Amino acid sequence: MPSPGPEQVTSATTEASQALAEVVASERLRIVATLIRLTQDWDLAEDSFHDAVTRALTTWPERGIPDNPGAWLTTVAKNKAIDAIRKASTERKATERHAHELTDTPEEETTMPDDTIDDDRLRLIFTCCHPALALENRVALTLRTVLGLSVAETAHVFLVSEQTMQKRLVRTRAKIRSANIPYRVPPPHLLPERTAGVLAVLYLLFSEGYSSGSGSDLIRPALADEAIRLTRLVAQLMPQQPEVLALLALELFQHSRAASRLDAAGDLVLLEDQDRTRWNADAIAEGSRMLAAAEHTLQHLGTPPGPYLLQAQIAAEHATSPTAAATNFARIATLYAHLSQVTPSPIVDLNRAIAVAFSEGPDAGLALLDTLHLDASLGDYHLLHATRADLLRRSGRPTDALSHYRRALELAPSDPERRFLQHRLDVTVSS
Amino acid sequence: MEYLLLIISDPAAPTYIPEEDNIEEWSADIERRGIARTGNRLRPPSDATTVTVREGKTILTDGPFTESKEWIAGFDLIDVDNLDEVLEIAAAHPMARFGRVEVRPVWPFE
Repeated sequence: MPSPGPEQVTSATTEASQALAEVVASERLRIVATLIRLTQDWDLAEDSFHDAVTRALTTWPERGIPDNPGAWLTTVAKNKAIDAIRKASTERKATERHAHELTDTPEEETTMPDDTIDDDRLRLIFTCCHPALALENRVALTLRTVLGLSVAETAHVFLVSEQTMQKRLVRTRAKIRSANIPYRVPPPHLLPERTAGVLAVLYLLFSEGYSSGSGSDLIRPALADEAIRLTRLVAQLMPQQPEVLALLALELFQHSRAASRLDAAGDLVLLEDQDRTRWNADAIAEGSRMLAAAEHTLQHLGTPPGPYLLQAQIAAEHATSPTAAATNFARIATLYAHLSQVTPSPIVDLNRAIAVAFSEGPDAGLALLDTLHLDASLGDYHLLHATRADLLRRSGRPTDALSHYRRALELAPSDPERRFLQHRLDVTVSS
Repeated sequence: MEYLLLIISDPAAPTYIPEEDNIEEWSADIERRGIARTGNRLRPPSDATTVTVREGKTILTDGPFTESKEWIAGFDLIDVDNLDEVLEIAAAHPMARFGRVEVRPVWPFE
């Protein structure tokens, strides 16, 4: 048989690396999560997976893509881990037993207590988001281990050096090991609280990506998509948790506007001025389905709505309204009032006042702002002053609005926001 | 796995309410579950003596090694499977409410 020509080799390599990229994207989390459970060694799990991928790069183009690429990677990575443990055990006899256990324990045999979800990916996510770890360490570890970002990419998200991030990750994994944080989905009595902790990390990842806009930065914007993918996975694995479904809906509604929230010049476009035809209809439809499922589950459980459900309901009102003018601001104001009881926050109060202003008029919004006494907590927050200025302007008191626009301008953190406020200020001065 | 609970007094914590002190119930619970290794109260820092040996000379200092408004008022050595279990036990201790409880994993010599 003639040996394959250079063109055939190239096409086999391309095909193999495409197949590999796909299986890494879909299977990496599951394989690494299982290796961590089996080896109880986070670094070894990552390294073994990396070795298996490297081996696939050379083997697959020659021998063809295996029928089940995910299973192939799992087996190779597992064998790499066993080899590494065996090698170490020649230096330390004690671990030999461990390598033996690893080979003799098929995954199916691990016994789980009733009511907990048997999925290594969830075990990994819950462990990364354990409340005994500092929030920033939870986020860093989730980026690195769950999403598979490199140390350099993770460092970039936190705007720290690679060395600093490496140290932080090492310390975090050391605490998991030394303090014996269990690698598991928490038992039912801890599950609601711990799930809230996981959702907080997911939403933080999403917001980090979403708020970063569409600049030259390639890592942060991709985080929004990654966070949605991960939330979708958690929602599939925990469909009985209304807050998980609600968070997915919330992220989808917000993300549906990603293309229209900045104009060509990179300036902010207010919700009311956005071109609604550019909103992602598929994302809105999926968000609506998820929200309906969350509401249905909640009704079934008979528990009060949580913070993500209320926020998703608010986002749904905006996302599904045909025009800005048709938005049901009365319902939004009611939902914000409810949200403020569930999770009291001055920002929620401010949003409630804005919704009241849109449904009952600017004077009603201003009156509510005064009764909420937000200056103590939000005195340095530009949007409090911008809101007051805007409501005064709408109420026909442009002169009163000026000083508030100026204060907002002083406090605004970003260029697009400063440009927006300056424009409003100029318009108000000239009127 | 063993964890040491350091029971810490905190002057900024809510006022101690004797009726809400469930220490006997707490101790009975860990005894009953067979996870209590040892534990006790400690005399205040004013009764402490700090020992330092430098260049062969023993130096004794009257008082704790650091002056602090927060001090260790007691300790418990607990033997459970994992951090989650000991955190629940720590949270049930009355001094988690009237002070704070620091949980430290024991690091055995191999």
